Amino acid sequence: MSADSARFPLPSRLLHWIMAAMILMMLFIGIGMAASVSGRYEVLVSVHKPLGIAILILVVVRLVNRRFNSPPALPDSIPPLQRVTAKASHLLLYALMLALPLVGWAMLSAEHYPIILYGPIHLPPILPFNVKLYASLHSLHTYLAYLLFLTFLAHLGAALYHGLIRRDGVLESMASIRR
Amino acid sequence: MSDHRVQNISRKPRLTTAAVMARFGIIGAVLLSVAGAFAYTGGWLSPNRLTQARAMAMFEQAGGRHPGFRRNHAKGVCVAGWFESNGQAVAMSKAAVFKPGRIPIVGRFAISGDMAFQADKPATVRSMALRFMLPGDEEWRTGLNNVPVFVANSAQGFLDEVLASVPDPVTGKPDPAKMKLFMADHPESVRAIAVIMKSPLSSGFADAIFNSLNAFRMINAAGKSIPVRWAAVPMQPFKSEEAAQTASSDNNYLFDDLIEQLGQHPLLWRLVITIGQPSDPTNDATLPWPADRQQVDAGTVTLHQVSSEETGRCTDVNYDPLVLPPGIEPSDDPLLSARSAAYSRSFTLRAAEKDEKSPSAITPADIKPRGKL
Repeated sequence: MSADSARFPLPSRLLHWIMAAMILMMLFIGIGMAASVSGRYEVLVSVHKPLGIAILILVVVRLVNRRFNSPPALPDSIPPLQRVTAKASHLLLYALMLALPLVGWAMLSAEHYPIILYGPIHLPPILPFNVKLYASLHSLHTYLAYLLFLTFLAHLGAALYHGLIRRDGVLESMASIRR
Repeated sequence: MSDHRVQNISRKPRLTTAAVMARFGIIGAVLLSVAGAFAYTGGWLSPNRLTQARAMAMFEQAGGRHPGFRRNHAKGVCVAGWFESNGQAVAMSKAAVFKPGRIPIVGRFAISGDMAFQADKPATVRSMALRFMLPGDEEWRTGLNNVPVFVANSAQGFLDEVLASVPDPVTGKPDPAKMKLFMADHPESVRAIAVIMKSPLSSGFADAIFNSLNAFRMINAAGKSIPVRWAAVPMQPFKSEEAAQTASSDNNYLFDDLIEQLGQHPLLWRLVITIGQPSDPTNDATLPWPADRQQVDAGTVTLHQVSSEETGRCTDVNYDPLVLPPGIEPSDDPLLSARSAAYSRSFTLRAAEKDEKSPSAITPADIKPRGKL
């Protein structure tokens, strides 16, 4: 059996690492802009919106890619509970990657705030004007972002655990630069 | 396939317990560093950094907690009307708002401070906020004040001023010691206050000049970018503030005058755009531009209808100065970011507090008896 069968296909690896960088950047921009009253605030906000929409598009591309390029099976040595945890945490990551941009978009719609991506490129509102709904969506956006950050930490910790302690090839199946 | 990896594992030497502990240590250190960087970015590790949450707390510290109200310029009324553009600003900005024609406006008059029920006073900064309801996706929101320059050039400077100006409960005046400290820390504010004191104080909202204070940039169809500031200049004759008004027992005299005037006739302001020279500061709202700068009259703002925040359409609007149409862009003034961030946080807080809000100082009953509108 070729070594490739134990790795994610190249398109999946590319999507994973591009999105990893974008999402990590997004989490830091998000927490930074929510705290900032400095001159950087405007730049952070104007990057946050198009970056969020780019992530939304890429996660859809990624879900489609997943149907055509299946991920490799986990090694048999992994105990059942860890398998379930791995599956659940990946489901949660996908759900959050989809939900956060959509909740952000919905929140700005409910505020009736212009959703500018770049220059004259705007997004249409997806919800009617309703400030109470805006307030709820704003809290939801915040809590989901914290949850995504924690899930990301767990994901990173698990990847390092596989790579440094179990040394079972799971980290290498994604963290491989060979074609 | 799985055999292949099982073999892989078996090929690697077993880790000693010490090596496993060391590796867990490395993983822990990596996770802690990432979490630490996140907490640092969010301001949790820097108690002295001015964050949005701390800025909001400082307004409350100065003026008390008034749930459901704006954290600054809390006392206000809604107005409605339109902007009639004369087309003269088209050469400076490609924004659709400057093409000849009429654009509806939802506006708001207010006085500065977090105190939603404070008594009107002549020296309290008055504001006019305008939302130009452009067709399509474009929108322009701007908040203007009746002072020629802003009292501060940074968020920290402004909040220091807000806290230093809190009236002492005994004397009713700001604590001179605190004011002195503030002045020593902020020479730019000392200069700005001198400019503000020199400008004549009008009797009300209707005869006040409202200034953008911050600089912006206008971009025309050819892509040329110029620094600008703008102002709403009243067409109502100027009447100077009289001591009689100050002595008035009516806590809402500024708003009551406005309601009475709007009950009789619309109020008009010219929208005047001042074009800056390259040498004019765009990043410091405490500095006036020279008086001889070219000014362009872009059209007339007509306000004809007033309502209480209870029923008006301005209540749920965030007059964020960074909501700009293509053709108007922010300048390098850091206060624009600060205002945008603070307004946004204030909006989020009051949106969540909507059910807790008590009726605004100016109620629908204050308006109805006077108006035909």
